[in-house]
Order: sequence, then C-alpha cells, then structure tokens
Amino acid sequence: MKKQSKPKVAFFDFTDCEGCQLQIANMGEAFLELAELIDIVSFREIMSEEGQDYDIAVVEGSISTDNDVMRIKKIREKAKILVAFGSCAAIAGVNGIKNRTPLDVAKTRVYGDKADKINTIKAMPLDQVVKVDYYILNCPPYIPEIIAVFKAILMGKPYPRPNYSVCVECKMNENVCRYEKDEECMGPVTRAGCNSWCVNNGNRCYGCRGLLDNPAIEGAKDILLKYGLKIEDILNHFTLYNDPQGEKYDQAFK
Amino acid sequence: MTKHSNNIDSQNLKVDVHYLTRVEGHGNIVVDVKESKLTKCEFQVIESPRFFESMLVGRSIWEAQHITSRICGICACGHSLASVKAGEDTLGIKPSEETVMLRKLLLYAEQLDSHILHIYVLVAPDLLGVKSIMPLIKTHKPVIEMALRMKRMSDYAGEVLAGRHIHPISYVIGGLTQLPKKENLEKLYKMMLDSRKDGEETVKIIKTLKFPQFDRPTQYLSLKSEEEYAFYDGDLVVNGSQLTKIRDYRKLLSETVVDYSKAKIARINGKTYAVGALARFNNNFDKLHKKAKDVAKELGLKAPVHNPYLNTAAQLVEWVHCLEESITIMEKILKDGLDEKKIVVSSWPKRSEIGKVKYKPNTGISCVEVPRGSLFHEYTINDTAHITAANCVIPTNQNMGNLEDDMRKIVPELLGKKTQEEITFDLEMLARSYDPCISCATHLLDIKFE
Repeated sequence: MKKQSKPKVAFFDFTDCEGCQLQIANMGEAFLELAELIDIVSFREIMSEEGQDYDIAVVEGSISTDNDVMRIKKIREKAKILVAFGSCAAIAGVNGIKNRTPLDVAKTRVYGDKADKINTIKAMPLDQVVKVDYYILNCPPYIPEIIAVFKAILMGKPYPRPNYSVCVECKMNENVCRYEKDEECMGPVTRAGCNSWCVNNGNRCYGCRGLLDNPAIEGAKDILLKYGLKIEDILNHFTLYNDPQGEKYDQAFK
Repeated sequence: MTKHSNNIDSQNLKVDVHYLTRVEGHGNIVVDVKESKLTKCEFQVIESPRFFESMLVGRSIWEAQHITSRICGICACGHSLASVKAGEDTLGIKPSEETVMLRKLLLYAEQLDSHILHIYVLVAPDLLGVKSIMPLIKTHKPVIEMALRMKRMSDYAGEVLAGRHIHPISYVIGGLTQLPKKENLEKLYKMMLDSRKDGEETVKIIKTLKFPQFDRPTQYLSLKSEEEYAFYDGDLVVNGSQLTKIRDYRKLLSETVVDYSKAKIARINGKTYAVGALARFNNNFDKLHKKAKDVAKELGLKAPVHNPYLNTAAQLVEWVHCLEESITIMEKILKDGLDEKKIVVSSWPKRSEIGKVKYKPNTGISCVEVPRGSLFHEYTINDTAHITAANCVIPTNQNMGNLEDDMRKIVPELLGKKTQEEITFDLEMLARSYDPCISCATHLLDIKFE
C-alpha cells in the first residue's frame, strides 16, 4: 500500500475506563500489522503527538457532559467515518446505570454539598448525539471483532451487527446452559458476536453487547419471575448495560 | 497549549498543560509564577464524573465486582480483587487458600502488565526524547517487540487465569467460576520463564536512561505483611510504622475536596503522602525476592528512595519480584494441581435460593496493592444483599496532593535554570512518573471523614 493512501486514524475517549484503547495495545503483533495499514495521528493515552486532520475517528466512552456533546459534534464534522468503540460508546454501557437515578440524587450522593459545581447530563451512547458509521460492541471489545470491523472499514464495506442471541454461539461452544445449572443468564436476549466469552469462563452473560433488535422480553421476564426474582432485580439485569432501551423495559416490567 | 518561550526567566513562569498525554484519563497541569512568587500549582483532574458509588446503590453485592472492574481498564483486576475481598468481608465468606493463591497470581500479573506498559509505552519516550512509542517502532524495533512480548505474557496470564485481563470474568466472591486449563498454565509458565531474559534486558536499558535528579522525603503508605512483600493483604504502614488494620483505614487517612479538580486530595497526619511502587519498595524492601533486590542494587536504588521520578525504576524492581513469585506459584500449581472443590463457585447464589436467604446487614472493607498503590473498597449491604452505600479510595487520588507538593518544591529549583518549555517537560514527566490513572480518580466516591 502506498504511503499516501493510508487513512489517518484518531482515537478519542469520553466518559469511560479507557479499557477499549488498552485492548488495542493488547492486540500485540496484530497491532503492529494494523499500524502498517493505517496512520495513527492521535491517541492521547499512548502518544503526545496530536494530529488535527483525520479520516477515521475511533471513539470510546459515553457522552455525559455538555462539553462532551460539543466535542463529539466537532469530531463528527471532521471525520469521514466515525466508529463507536466499546459498550459505553455504542450503547452507554455501565455509565447508563447512572440514569436510573434522578441526576440530582446521584450528584448529591457523590458530591454532597458540592453537587452544584458538577456539570453532568444523562449518560448517552454516541448515536444519541451524532451519526455513527460503525459499531464495535462488547465490554471490553473482543479482539477478533476489532480486527473484523477495521477490515470492513479499510475495504469500505459495512459491518452488520449480528442479530441472533449469544445462546447460538454458546451452544456451538458446547457450554452447559446456565439455566440448567440453576443460574440466570442474559444470553437469550443479548446480541451475539463475543463467542459467549463470559459463559465460556464459567460466568453468566451480563448483556454487555446490548440486546437483540427484538428480544423476547416477556419470555425472559416470565422465566425470571417464575424463579422468584423481584421485578427490580430483573430490571437491574436488563439495564446493567442498556439504559437507552430502559424505558421500554420500564413499560414491560410494570 | 500555551506558546512556550525559549528564554530563561527567573521571575515568571506559566505552565498550562491541557490534557496531559500518555497517562490514563484526562488531567491538566497548571503552574503560575509571578515575580518569583508561586501563585498557582495544580494538577487538575478534568475527566467526566462517572458516579460509580451512586451506580452501586441498589445493585446486588454479587455484581459489585462486575461493575467496579469497569472503573478502570488498566487496574480492572485490582478493582475486581478489592471488590471481591470487600464483598467477602461484608458477607462473612472466607475463600480457600488455593483461591487466595490464584488471586495473588492474578494480582502479580496485573503489576507485570501495568508496570511494563508504564515503563515502555508511557515513560520511555520521555527518556529517549520522543513524543510516543510510535517513532520507536521504527528506530528501536527489537526493544518494542520485546516490550510487546513482555506485555503479551502478562496479558496472557490474565487470559488464562481470569478469562481476560481487562474486566476479568472468573474471579468472583468466594472463588473462581472455572479452573484455569492445565495446557494453558503450562504455556504461560514457559512464557514466564522466557520473560526472565527480557527482564534482564530491560534492566540494562533502564540503567542507561537518565532520570532527573530531585529529592523530597514524604510519607509513604502501603500494605505490609510479615509473610511476604505485601500486595494482596496485610496491615497499613506509613514509613514503616503507624501500623493500622485495613478495617481502620479511616482513622489513618482523610480526604478533602478542592475546587479546581474532580478528585480529592488525601492526607495522613495532616500532610500529603505517596502510594505505589516506590512507597511499597520503601516500606517492604527486605521482603523483596533476592533477584529483585539485586536489580534494585544494579539500578542504584537504596530504600528509602525519595526521588519520585524513580517510581518507574521501583516498578521494574517489582516487575522482577512479581515474575519470580509468579513462577514459584506456577511451579506449585503444575506440581500439585488445583482442587476444583476448593476453588470453583458459582458467580451468584443459585436461582432457587434467591429471595429465600436473609443476609445480615453489614459493612465490609478491603485494601489491595494495585500497580499505582493502595486501593480501598467499602460496601454496606441490606438484608437482601443489595448495596446501600459504597466507597472507594483510589491510589491516584492519594498521590495527587503529594505530586502538587513535589511541583511546589521543584518549580523554584528549576526557575532561572531552565526554559519554560523545559520546566513544562519536567513537570509532565514528574506527573507521568506517578503513573496517574485519572479514570480511577474520577470514579468519584464521596467520603466524608471526620
């Protein structure tokens, strides 16, 4: 590939833990290969150089302050392609839990009498503020998916998000179903693509990739209620990562 | 960024580093000297607030690990371990010795991973006069490949032990959800043995780099244990004394809110203090592995060390210690095997038990040494094991006051000797040597100490 044709890529972070960027560093040799194909012009966590000119913006974190809103709009204006990187950017992620409590209450809980000084708004995924072209889901992002999305971007092709549940991958991995083990799991309503990462490691699915387009909420609710879970707990499971769809569940779980 | 003047001015200085780079999270450095008087000296944390302690309220204690791990991508294993320890303290659960051994192994992996990231990716560019690791990929390719190989080893350790390094999956309250696979442990063991020579090579490299001269004795807080160089458990000590139980940490430290920052300044005995590799090194030098002691000697470190820039060198000493301790544990595991019955638990209570068990309302407290220093988690639960209050005290918050005091001492020392640009660079490097983790610092937990 000729040098001039390398797309300029900038990484940005908003409200988050920066684990997504770190996952890039954890790609190891694949990172070095990727660095051959793209020109990284901005990556504050590992670089002091700062390029103002870029084609692709890879953005992690949720939008949660007025300043965040202005910043992401400016990034959108400059970038030809905007990638929502990780659960916080794609679906609000755990930041969205904050929205389950009125902002004033949350602020007072944390800052006490200094609450007035804190500028915070509802935690939002990027696409509630700007148009997003590609999504890399998962918390933290799953490296094979990071590579797949970058490949799609470099080839100019779309990257459709799978619309089947984690259970499909989990079955292929021959895991014993968590429900068989007298446990709960968000797998049946969660979008696949992680190769059932958490269940493979003996835990349950927590729904970090967001829900399917049409999850069987009623069915899930019935099963969970049958086992004596309280509505609040079920809602907690559904909203751990998925606040933007929370109102829908508030209705369903009335 | 302000425009830097290249003239040396002994009376005035204005440093305004907006978005310090090569640190985890968003921070500014602001220093103002007018007519020889230091009027402003701040390390401002400007990361967006995240409200973790508010988010935890109403959540089950069984998912506290999953949520608090996400305070920080770099210290995710540390937060997870602090969280499960506090959860166990809250619920009155005692994990098996085997579980504790596996937790120590994960905690060592975290130090190995974070320290090598800090040494090579965040600090080395300063010492080599470049802006980032990117130009080094071309100019120092074998070194960068070695750094990535070392990083890969510790990252793989997280993968083998906990399913993944960032936001670990299988380390939960009471034990592990799954045993690590034997063939993976064998592969990891081999990688660890191979890492020894990379460690030796790194010592040679770090030895040739010149750290700035600066000295300011301060208070150093860390865990201390009679049995080992403490990371996972122990008592709190300040400069080797003031022995305090973890449970009584509030008697030792206090935090105050400052207007310019979204993190708080912590104090002990009314004064700022330091945590992290250098603090542990100063308090626990005698418990280091012999090979780590040798490396300390080679690097010219003799406890107590009072130059904060040398935190990076202390990290390398700890890297060697953690590698050797990990190899010892791995040899034991590969020889004796792991007993599933003593280790494997389910991540939550069984579905059929939910709603039937009454829990004792209680408060639990934990402390573990994470790469950047002592990390505290504290939860209070009600009779359904839902959290009603949560607090975390983060290493970076504890170090911030100490960093500012360092800056207050160093700025007058450099004024008149260096240009504004050089002083700015030194201050950036000083801040970076603390390896600040600003995402952590702004998890924003309000702690009202008396």
